[in-house]
Amino acid sequence: MMSDLDQLYQDLILDHYKRPRNSGCLPHADRRAEGHNPLCGDHVTVFLKVRDNVVEEVTFQGSGCAISTASASMMTEILKGRTLEEAKRIFEKFHALVTGSAAEQDAGADLGKLEVFSSICRYPVRVKCATLAWHTFKAAAERQAAPVSTE
Amino acid sequence: MTIAPAPDRPPASPADARLDVAAVRADFPALHQQIHGRPLVYLDNAATTQKPRAVIEAIRTYYERDNSNVHRGVHELSARATEAYEGARRTIQRFLGAERPEEIIFTRGTTEAINLVARSFVAPRLGAGDEVLITAMEHHSNIVPWQIVCEEKGARLRVVPITDAGELILEAYERLVGPRTKMIAVAHVSNALGTINPVGRMVRAARERGVPVLIDGAQAAPHMALDVRELGCDFYAFSGHKVFGPTGIGVLYGRRALLEAMPPYQGGGDMIRTVSFERTTWNDLPHKFEAGTPHIAGAIGLAEAVEYVSRVGLAAIAAHEHDLLEYATARLHEIPGVRVIGTAPEKASVISFTIDGIHPHDIGTILDAGGIAIRAGHHCAQPLMARLGLAATARASLALYNTREDIDALAAGIRRAIEVFR
Repeated sequence: MMSDLDQLYQDLILDHYKRPRNSGCLPHADRRAEGHNPLCGDHVTVFLKVRDNVVEEVTFQGSGCAISTASASMMTEILKGRTLEEAKRIFEKFHALVTGSAAEQDAGADLGKLEVFSSICRYPVRVKCATLAWHTFKAAAERQAAPVSTE
Repeated sequence: MTIAPAPDRPPASPADARLDVAAVRADFPALHQQIHGRPLVYLDNAATTQKPRAVIEAIRTYYERDNSNVHRGVHELSARATEAYEGARRTIQRFLGAERPEEIIFTRGTTEAINLVARSFVAPRLGAGDEVLITAMEHHSNIVPWQIVCEEKGARLRVVPITDAGELILEAYERLVGPRTKMIAVAHVSNALGTINPVGRMVRAARERGVPVLIDGAQAAPHMALDVRELGCDFYAFSGHKVFGPTGIGVLYGRRALLEAMPPYQGGGDMIRTVSFERTTWNDLPHKFEAGTPHIAGAIGLAEAVEYVSRVGLAAIAAHEHDLLEYATARLHEIPGVRVIGTAPEKASVISFTIDGIHPHDIGTILDAGGIAIRAGHHCAQPLMARLGLAATARASLALYNTREDIDALAAGIRRAIEVFR
């Protein structure tokens, strides 16, 4: 049986932390937003290129903890090629998963690899780490002007 | 988690003999609990300290027996509450070496004390082009109040630089104290690095030029004997909860002549002598600066806390913590990939560090799983982090009740974190 810590820091999360995918700025992005976690001072910028309502490209830039970096990295993988509506639904499910508000049988349904974050709900202070990039993606998609804060 | 053996542990220092850590630990109920199935190792004392039973009992006794409002009450309970509250002020006066009890103003904490001085002392004497001087290692609470008044008055906030080791550059300080400098505010001990600043020397240089000095003593009061007259400072601020007292109470010491000349900070009950709709006159010190019903229980708890540290002995506490800090620094240096941030020769009670490839937040979570409480983040010192080129650090901070076993647990926890991230 895995310890709580091993469940939190699974290989998949550590892999995305050490080798983040889609990391860096996107020069031809048509939308971008900045996110900030005042708790730890971490910043993330999410860059988006949307065509015909579909996320054609998405990257992120910033530095953060393993949870926030892996979450941002996996987010870019899963959202690429999705419509903005699909992206919104996935965020809602992911949010329910990490805050522990998903019904037991739905927890993580259709989230694929993102289910690796299911143990975050036992670390309430780390939920913001897991959702920072997602809130920032949402702000970019909705073209919000003000920077996102997890507070 | 396995505790790594310490085969080459040096013999107990004489300081250990003078401070009976086991007896001290027995005085702190909160230390004796399990966290995630492990004995609590509390190393977050720079954020807040645990409370000895004497403090908890003093507050409880006050509420169970003497609770009443202070000043002007003619009944017995009010007399008792007033005596306890004003007695607390005299205790703090002795603790700080102040000349008179009315030089002790009770505030909500260090933050409010600094805001009081910024508002009532500095703002009225600050003009366009004047300067307030702080340092690169200040806590946000010793930056932002000055920033606000400088902004208002068109004055300039200037900053004494630091070395990479986290020491103030005193030559730069001496150059920066100029004819436009109206106030100097400096931390006695850095909350993020543990550096003990040479405040005595800084005050002397300031006084030669006639510039008043406020010392932020939030991180010094729990760790070293204080004497404001020997320091020669004009203002000294500290917080109750960092010196084993309650939250919501703190102290501003101010030289009487300065406090006398200052306008009130807040208006309300207790701070007045007479009120009419045409004209109000102010009460005497210290009441002029204590509008409204004060935190009576807090002041009583704080007085008990400083009496507690005085009984244990601040010299013994400082020696014990110095020994622990050296031990901790040596243990952390043994671990590959660990970098200690803040290596000034004069340090107190704080060990900030980073681990290659592991974010401080992840270090904090992994240590917590082993029952070890540290802090991870910018420690309310974002300009300092920017100066050091860091987003955050992990910080273990010590108090009189910590032991070498606590440090061994910390070192083992750090090794575990490195293992998880391998």
